[in-house]
Amino acid sequence: MSILMNHSKLEKSATLLLIASLAVVTVGGIVEIAPLFYLQNTIEKVEGMRPYTPLELAGRDIYVREGCYACHSQMIRPFRDEVERYGHYSLAAESMYDHSFQWGSKRTGPDLARVGQRYSNEWHVQHLIEPRSVVPESVMPSYAFLKDKPLDVKLASINLTANRRVGVPYTDEMVANAAADMKAQANPDADSKALEARYPKVKVGNYDGNKEALTEMDALVAYLQMLGTLVDFSTYDETAGYR
Amino acid sequence: MRYGLGIILAGALCYLTLMGAAFAVDEPFRQHMWIAVFVLAIFTIILMRKTNFEPQAPVDESAYMDEPIRYGVIATVFWGVVGFLVGVFIAVQLAFPHLNFEPWLNFGRVRPLHTSAVIFAFGGNALIASSFYVVQRTCRARLFGGDLVWFVFWGYQFFIIMAGTGYLLGITQSREYAEPEWYVDLWLTIVWVAYLVVFMGTLLRRREPHIYVANWFYLSFIVTIAMLHVINNLAMPASIVGSKSYSAFSGVQDAVTQWWYGHNAVAFFLTVPFLAMMYYFVPKQVDRPIYSYRLSIVHFWSIIFLYIWAGPHHLHYTAVPDWAQTLGMVFSIMLWMPSWGGMINGLMTLSGAWDKIRTDPIVRLMVAAMAFYGMATFEGPMLSIKSVNSLSHYTDWTIAHVHAGALGWNGMITFAAVYFLTPKLWGRERLYSIRMVNWHFWLATLGIVLYASSMWVSGIMQGLMWREYDEQGFLVYSFAETVAAMHPYYVMRVSGGVFYLAGGLLMAWNVYQTIRGRIRKETPMGMVLPTHGTAMQPAQ
Repeated sequence: MSILMNHSKLEKSATLLLIASLAVVTVGGIVEIAPLFYLQNTIEKVEGMRPYTPLELAGRDIYVREGCYACHSQMIRPFRDEVERYGHYSLAAESMYDHSFQWGSKRTGPDLARVGQRYSNEWHVQHLIEPRSVVPESVMPSYAFLKDKPLDVKLASINLTANRRVGVPYTDEMVANAAADMKAQANPDADSKALEARYPKVKVGNYDGNKEALTEMDALVAYLQMLGTLVDFSTYDETAGYR
Repeated sequence: MRYGLGIILAGALCYLTLMGAAFAVDEPFRQHMWIAVFVLAIFTIILMRKTNFEPQAPVDESAYMDEPIRYGVIATVFWGVVGFLVGVFIAVQLAFPHLNFEPWLNFGRVRPLHTSAVIFAFGGNALIASSFYVVQRTCRARLFGGDLVWFVFWGYQFFIIMAGTGYLLGITQSREYAEPEWYVDLWLTIVWVAYLVVFMGTLLRRREPHIYVANWFYLSFIVTIAMLHVINNLAMPASIVGSKSYSAFSGVQDAVTQWWYGHNAVAFFLTVPFLAMMYYFVPKQVDRPIYSYRLSIVHFWSIIFLYIWAGPHHLHYTAVPDWAQTLGMVFSIMLWMPSWGGMINGLMTLSGAWDKIRTDPIVRLMVAAMAFYGMATFEGPMLSIKSVNSLSHYTDWTIAHVHAGALGWNGMITFAAVYFLTPKLWGRERLYSIRMVNWHFWLATLGIVLYASSMWVSGIMQGLMWREYDEQGFLVYSFAETVAAMHPYYVMRVSGGVFYLAGGLLMAWNVYQTIRGRIRKETPMGMVLPTHGTAMQPAQ
């Protein structure tokens, strides 16, 4: 056991002990995490993925703020029951613009990865105001306050800029029009051509049912309604991503 | 001038946060900064009222610096009770959802308050205080850094307040166990570096040739947490006067980074330094040397090497590459061995002193803690097996596992350390009441049993209901039906939490009375007074 005898060298020098223990704990991280940034097949390219619109991003920020991830996952595993219950299993590319990811770790409520377009806007608003009025068994808190809280439009462009700095491909045009796009998406009467050109497949609507005001309810429902809808699985080729 | 530097620093920070409040771009940030202004102003005023300009008595460099540790013990007890209380509250919310009070007291905002309060406030204070106690005794040296030690203590409390109030205001990164936003993270980084300087400086000025094993664990905890904290929290703030930031990573890379951090918060916050506590307080309390020196070397290096790989087991069957998941699983299973190496080393230290379990409830707490550690570190590797995980993931089974470890191992070893430290630090002959410790032990044990068993049943039940098919090949249950089925177990869980909280309150009372110098008149543990006729004789 001569190795153990040599251990006294480490025990007698705090500096050596510090360096040795730091070296030992870095190995695992380097081997497991570093390759994910350069291995080609970590994230296959998938048709349809685009950055969030300013309104969806604001909704996502509210989703994060309220801690929705504590009870709802956004990651469908490739099991028969999950695919039947929630839809096609989640692809890596579907969260490629998620800073940070919202996969969650607990399903006190159902998975939301593909909740978009499953229910009407009215259903979502009613469910957020009083969850038990539409799902009697639910243990979800009420989020009625969102419908009275005006959405902070001036944050749109700085939030897009911050996302661009961490790698989301927002263009100058998108950043410049962030506030206008945010309002346009929640107003079915507005001219949304420019918005649709910038963000393909964007859904425009009066999400919270209140035409007078742009509220946080608009943003959250807009986000929920686009979840999992960007990739068209009727044309998705599973084998195309194989390398 | 006494507290001169403290007054200047706290005052400057108070001014800085006031400017933050003035120029805030979003409402939560403004409110958060006002809270900071308020807290820092009070702190500065208290320091100014206590200051004086008389020449100060020279510091006795040969004496231990115990005052911050006394504060640390009180903070540990205080935050423990707060954390358990918040835990009971959110458990009640899941059973009775009408007890959500929007927006500040909705489950989603209070849940991180509970996890951070118990892990970082209760656990963190216990670790900082105990490490300061242990490093001085085992190095025979006074803490390095002077007032820097006070900065570590008060800076850490400020971090806790900012983190906790931030969650209620909706300021969160959504990274589990690393929810505080970028500016609170920066503050913690400064405090943590100061902590490292104090600890390392004390090790360097030690008067013992060897560094005691407990200090290896503490040192590895401090330096690894620094690494994890910095890398996991790399983010781009939307504005330097705003609360929102966006993670530097996205999707898959973000998930693996987060769980590399998340699992190692379990490893290097809730395991490694608590093993350090075991390595000091268990031998002290039972008056025996550590069972095996060699085992401690082998299990120290293997545990810190293996643990860091285990993170991906939180991401089984997700979009993370298969090879990473499998690597995480394999290392998690390997971890079982060094974990049990630590448990065996602790438990076998009782060789020849097992009778103390009968007479000393502090030893009882320690033995139960190590037993729960053993159970949790068996369950963990089991849950990391992919096929088991496919059932357990997303369910309450995970919650049961976490609480068996946290309430059983971290809670009980901390209670034991608090009961050990309190009479020593305040120079009391013994605790106010030893029998109350025994009551605490049973309340806590009963609480854990109720908690873990109800969550095991609800978790396994829900996992099975989700995947149940009828003979025609249709899913049997809707999601809402599985939620309804869990209601009775959520009520049972609340009762477990209440027991555990009651034990915590008993501890707070016991510690308070001990500090006041009271001693409760009571029959010593393990002694039965002959009340009916004559006592039994050994030969009978």
